Amino acid sequence: MTTQHITVSVNGEAHEADVEPRLLLVHFLRDDLGLTGTHVGCDTSNCGACTIHVDGVSAKSCTMLAVQADGRELKTIEGMASEPTLHPLQQAFWDQHGLQCGFCTPGMIMQAAWLLAENPDPDEAEIREGISGNLCRCTGYVNIVKAIQQAAGELSAAESAPVVAAGTVDGQEVSAEPAAAG
Amino acid sequence: MIPAQFDYVRPGDLDETLAILKDREGDAKLLSGGYSLIPLIKLRLAQPALLVDLRDVTGLDGIVETDDYLRIGARATHRQIHEADVVRDNYPLLHDVTATIGDPQVRNWGTIGGSVAHADPASDWPAALIAGNATIVCRSQSGEREIASRDFFLDTFQTAIEPTEVLTEIRVVRRPRASAGAYEKLERKVGDFATVGVAAIVWLDDAGHIKRAGIGLTGVAETPFAATDAEAVLLGNAPSDDLFRAAGAAAGAQSRPFGDVRGPVDYKRAMAAELTLRALRRATERALASA
Repeated sequence: MTTQHITVSVNGEAHEADVEPRLLLVHFLRDDLGLTGTHVGCDTSNCGACTIHVDGVSAKSCTMLAVQADGRELKTIEGMASEPTLHPLQQAFWDQHGLQCGFCTPGMIMQAAWLLAENPDPDEAEIREGISGNLCRCTGYVNIVKAIQQAAGELSAAESAPVVAAGTVDGQEVSAEPAAAG
Repeated sequence: MIPAQFDYVRPGDLDETLAILKDREGDAKLLSGGYSLIPLIKLRLAQPALLVDLRDVTGLDGIVETDDYLRIGARATHRQIHEADVVRDNYPLLHDVTATIGDPQVRNWGTIGGSVAHADPASDWPAALIAGNATIVCRSQSGEREIASRDFFLDTFQTAIEPTEVLTEIRVVRRPRASAGAYEKLERKVGDFATVGVAAIVWLDDAGHIKRAGIGLTGVAETPFAATDAEAVLLGNAPSDDLFRAAGAAAGAQSRPFGDVRGPVDYKRAMAAELTLRALRRATERALASA
């Protein structure tokens, strides 16, 4: 058995490591990089607590090997907030009480983020279908759906807000990015 | 869960892949999306000495309709198939299947070739491929081999693929006018494997009688199979609920389910009959709409 050298970008930061081929991606994130926001729930590809983005596509990191992530860009729950501001989905889960014990929440938020990237204005059925690979044993999903609806509204409002041209306003530098783009 | 140790290699093309399979005959398992294989190696139900990752092998993707068939590359993900215009517009049976496999994350990464080669006795694709008499294409160093879907699934997790072969593509018969299919799946909860899954295809003649029919069942035997008795019931007859009920009874009788957590034997047989009826109804509605 020989180790494999991998290079991955995690939340915008490059990491290199020599890993055993059998190392699961979720264990690499948690144990090697210390990113324990990604949870191991069922460990059988069912519950979605370990959901992250791999090259922008949601994936269950317990069902992927670390070697499969070589050369790819990963995003985990730790990469969502831009300090000190929570990501609109994180804020919406807070506002709408979209969690109780919180164990499913990182995976739920990552899956919701992927869903909203694919479909910025999902109806309730599309949200429920979109998170059907993520199990929550506390909430009954009602507040999770509400939270995703709230975030969808905020994200698309930010998206459609007039973009301020880069330059200076009252002597202050401003960027061309809409302020709340997630 | 920690898999047993294995070696890993990522060949750059198909020739290199085939050479590895020849060199390490019997030791190697191919890794595509991983959503079937990795759960098995975590449970140590499979302990391959070598995983051969197909990620860099080009030419195994694509969903293209030719004059004769719809060619689906083995590495096409369930989601890519679901979102392909040609599938949505012309292949409602396949579109039914891709809507119900696993969950969104599984569909993002899982591939048709991986799923078919894995041959879980309750997986969705095999029922549809059997119903439609699809062809499964494999390649080895000695060339290409076409395998009829009805000869492909041999037993639980066992197929006609040789250890030196790579499954490269699936060829689905081009859908004629006045024909259509539908997939009905009974699951305990969303995203589960099928308790019973039935794929049905009917093709009507000018008089509105069934000139050809295909029915594939999953979840109710050691491997997915063709409900040939039910197909025979349908042939040459005008579609009706009574006829579909008789076909359903034949499909239930031909099933060989095991009693397990998803239900006892009698229940599964009854559900195989009922889902066959429903799949035939929906397939016929669609076939009439396309006549």
